[in-house]
Amino acid sequence: MERRVFIQGGAAVLGAGMGAGLLPQDALAQNAPGWTKAAFESKTMAEAIKALGAAPATESKDVLLQAPEIAENGNVVRLSAVSNLPGTTQIGFVVEKNPFPLSALFDVPAGTDPSFAVNVKMGQTSNVYALARVGDKLFYSVKEVKVTLGGCGG
Amino acid sequence: MSDPMRIRAQAQGDKTTVRILVSHEMETGLRRDTAGKLVPAQFIQSISATHNGNTVMNAQWGTSVSKNPFVQFSFKGGKAGDKVAVTWVDNRGDKRTDEAVIA
Repeated sequence: MERRVFIQGGAAVLGAGMGAGLLPQDALAQNAPGWTKAAFESKTMAEAIKALGAAPATESKDVLLQAPEIAENGNVVRLSAVSNLPGTTQIGFVVEKNPFPLSALFDVPAGTDPSFAVNVKMGQTSNVYALARVGDKLFYSVKEVKVTLGGCGG
Repeated sequence: MSDPMRIRAQAQGDKTTVRILVSHEMETGLRRDTAGKLVPAQFIQSISATHNGNTVMNAQWGTSVSKNPFVQFSFKGGKAGDKVAVTWVDNRGDKRTDEAVIA
């Protein structure tokens, strides 16, 4: 019984550490050119979308998101998205409950298919969004991914 | 310097599918080491691919892309024998470029 209490206590401390969601000050840090710091360091999805300079996103059936229903290991979750909307210029991946929800943002150059796949980390069970930008509007599709083992490195 | 990327590019019809496996730690800056100190963030912020001098993929990444990231994309116009070059830059200014021949 005591052992169980101890384990629960440990998990709570760990959770608090992750929840704080603060990037430590790092003297070596220098951001790559063109990196939208505001969007990637947003702590909520709404903030991230705002930082991308887009109107609130609307759901669309023409954005297809492929994600596992259950991810056994939150360290590696394969997400892929396809946009069937004409004129898609960007595709993004957002994990709503991660400390920094915006995960990846792909430009769609001329000649490249608006279809990308990438592996992401997930701290916990969360909704995952695929974003597609057409002009200055964002469209999304959403899927819940259940995570049985978090990927926060705890 | 980091290990080379593994890049596989395959032409099928007029479409070339590229799969990239990058060797990178992708530290979030939220993880603690065994001594309880935060491990500073180090992650790829920008990754791009070119084919014959044209950009065919250009992405920005945050800390939540997996360790040793995997990416897949496809573009039109590649032929077998052409080269695809991929470059990444991380938040500390480390970078690496690797090339692959389309099969």
